[in-house]
Amino acid sequence: MPEGIFCNKKPIETEEALKAFMGDTSGAQYYKEMQSLDVDSDLLWKTIQNTCKSRIRTWLEICAHCGMCAESCFLYLVNDRDPKQVPAYKIQSTLGEIVKRKGKVDNEFMRMAMETAWAKCTCCNRCGLYCPHGIDMGVMFGYLRGLLYQQGFVPWEMKIGAGMHRVYRAQMDVTEEEFVETFQWMAEEYEEEYVGLTVPVDVENADILYTVNAREVKHYPEDLAEAAILFHAAGENWTIPSKGWELTSLAMFAGDWAACKMQVESVYDAMERLKPKRMVGTECGHAHRATVIEGPYWAGRKDGQTPVPSIHYIEWLAEALREGKLKIDPEKRIKQPVTLQDSCNYVRNHGLREVAREILSYIVEPGYFRDMSPNKEHNFCCGGGGGFNGIGLFRHQRNKGLMTKRDQILKTGAKLVIAPCHNCWDAIRDLEEEYEIGIKWSFLKPLILSMLVVPDHMKPEE
Amino acid sequence: MYELLTGIIFYISIGVCVVGMIIRTALYFRGLAWNLDRVAYKAFPKQGFQGAVRSIYKWLLPFGTHGWRKQPFMTVIFFSFHLGAVLVPLCLLAHNIFLEEKLGFHLITMPNLLADFLSWVAVISAVFIVLRRIALPEVRILTTWYDYLIIAISVAPFITGLLARYEVGDYSFWLIAHIVSGEILLLAIPFTKLSHVFLFFASRAQLGMDYGIKRGGLKGTKMAW
Repeated sequence: MPEGIFCNKKPIETEEALKAFMGDTSGAQYYKEMQSLDVDSDLLWKTIQNTCKSRIRTWLEICAHCGMCAESCFLYLVNDRDPKQVPAYKIQSTLGEIVKRKGKVDNEFMRMAMETAWAKCTCCNRCGLYCPHGIDMGVMFGYLRGLLYQQGFVPWEMKIGAGMHRVYRAQMDVTEEEFVETFQWMAEEYEEEYVGLTVPVDVENADILYTVNAREVKHYPEDLAEAAILFHAAGENWTIPSKGWELTSLAMFAGDWAACKMQVESVYDAMERLKPKRMVGTECGHAHRATVIEGPYWAGRKDGQTPVPSIHYIEWLAEALREGKLKIDPEKRIKQPVTLQDSCNYVRNHGLREVAREILSYIVEPGYFRDMSPNKEHNFCCGGGGGFNGIGLFRHQRNKGLMTKRDQILKTGAKLVIAPCHNCWDAIRDLEEEYEIGIKWSFLKPLILSMLVVPDHMKPEE
Repeated sequence: MYELLTGIIFYISIGVCVVGMIIRTALYFRGLAWNLDRVAYKAFPKQGFQGAVRSIYKWLLPFGTHGWRKQPFMTVIFFSFHLGAVLVPLCLLAHNIFLEEKLGFHLITMPNLLADFLSWVAVISAVFIVLRRIALPEVRILTTWYDYLIIAISVAPFITGLLARYEVGDYSFWLIAHIVSGEILLLAIPFTKLSHVFLFFASRAQLGMDYGIKRGGLKGTKMAW
């Protein structure tokens, strides 16, 4: 059986197909079918010839096999320094072999490559900082994921994620109506507490276009309310787009480049339609990377820039606090040991290493902030990045991976971990569930809200 | 034999090496693709250039990066080896006399005593590099026969050169062996992993541009290599 009913080389394009696919609980049949999925070697080699150019080819060729990348990889360290977890080995034994064999690899090889690409690398790009030749294996794994996706060797949840983007232009089955209704409903819920709270939809020429993560709509709608309250309190002229509101891209994790393009184009269309001064995205790391850092390239924008300047939520927050648009009650600042999780996707990959620290300087009582070690652009991945959090098949490996972050947090002695990234937030929640180290974790929005000096015009009349 | 090796074969070796390096470097940069690499090279040439220079410069400094500082033993043997491997062939007095005679120009020369010292340091460092390959599991798993071949090609001119220098046994034999191994090295540079002699700069420049343009450079963040 070359192509399975679920496991095949075709992306999920319709709601019906998506529902049927998800009906296969945990991908039991999907993974069974994968055991006999054919490899289209000609397509694989043709794709490599068209897309594997001098950067990656040179990386594969000049790797000096020096092993200096080993210790940069948290999965190598946490797996008892297993040599098979050395980044250079992982990429040479997968992508390197595929290129060397001109695509002539078998099913078993591709399944091994799939496990390596999704369970042994989170595309955190830390190894790239430690290679003397400047070989970024995270970039290569991102590329390998694309090849694997094209051949149908992709974890079940990743195929669903990519399918969601194709069908809904969102990582979850949230329609445009559901998004707007949920946002407005949340504002109504808080209207009595915060007078005048509204959610401006599709307002043209606003100062800020706000985009979110579909999970907030589906599972954490309070986050939407918090965003609305903070924009309102800061006196911002903001709006949400009814279309093109999803900042994230599970398609990026899946390696479905066509879906990546479709997804970001929906957001860029909203920018072009509503012409805001700039876009602010929610507290999510990979979403920022997808829409702001990588997205312009998927969409074929030669300057690598989004249609309007786009910033991460922490950049807006730091600015609002710095400029006094939002005021913090000094009495309510955090007075317990607290640490910060640097998200690889916007710290290592976008240089935002000081921004969250500036925010902390406003909201943490001096002396209570404990930095992790290593930190900033040298910080370790939360343990669940690159889709690792969401893949049931690799849950065991992911839980092992969480130990790095667990130990980093324990060393700080912090009881609260601030994680302005959905993926990191999830990973830290899961590590607390798994290892019970007695910590709390939080996004920035609820913390800011808990210590905000609410402007008079927003206070309800007594 | 000597005439042949220092005549036509020398010209072929040096020519292939230099032309090969130029062609491959040009092909490397021509093969960079803004859309596939996802780096807007042409849109931000200044930031790209600054990022590239910084990325190369930091890694050329011993202990200049987090990576070098993290592995002090490797850093010492690496720089000790490369110091000799780069300086001795280029600045040895005898090489420059030869160069003047054959090509009509020469480079800066170094005292013979320093050349001796650097050669010994390079050979000893190479031994440690091999031992490190054997001893460390994370390096052993990556190592293939090809890596040893590359080390052998790189070190052979030093060993034969030193044996000729000290006139161990038959001087003319070691001299011929030295010239042959040197020419093998020259010929190998453009076609093997030794291409890192120039592709190191290309690859480092590329990642430097990536960081200088896309990954924080435009935000004013200089990556702490």
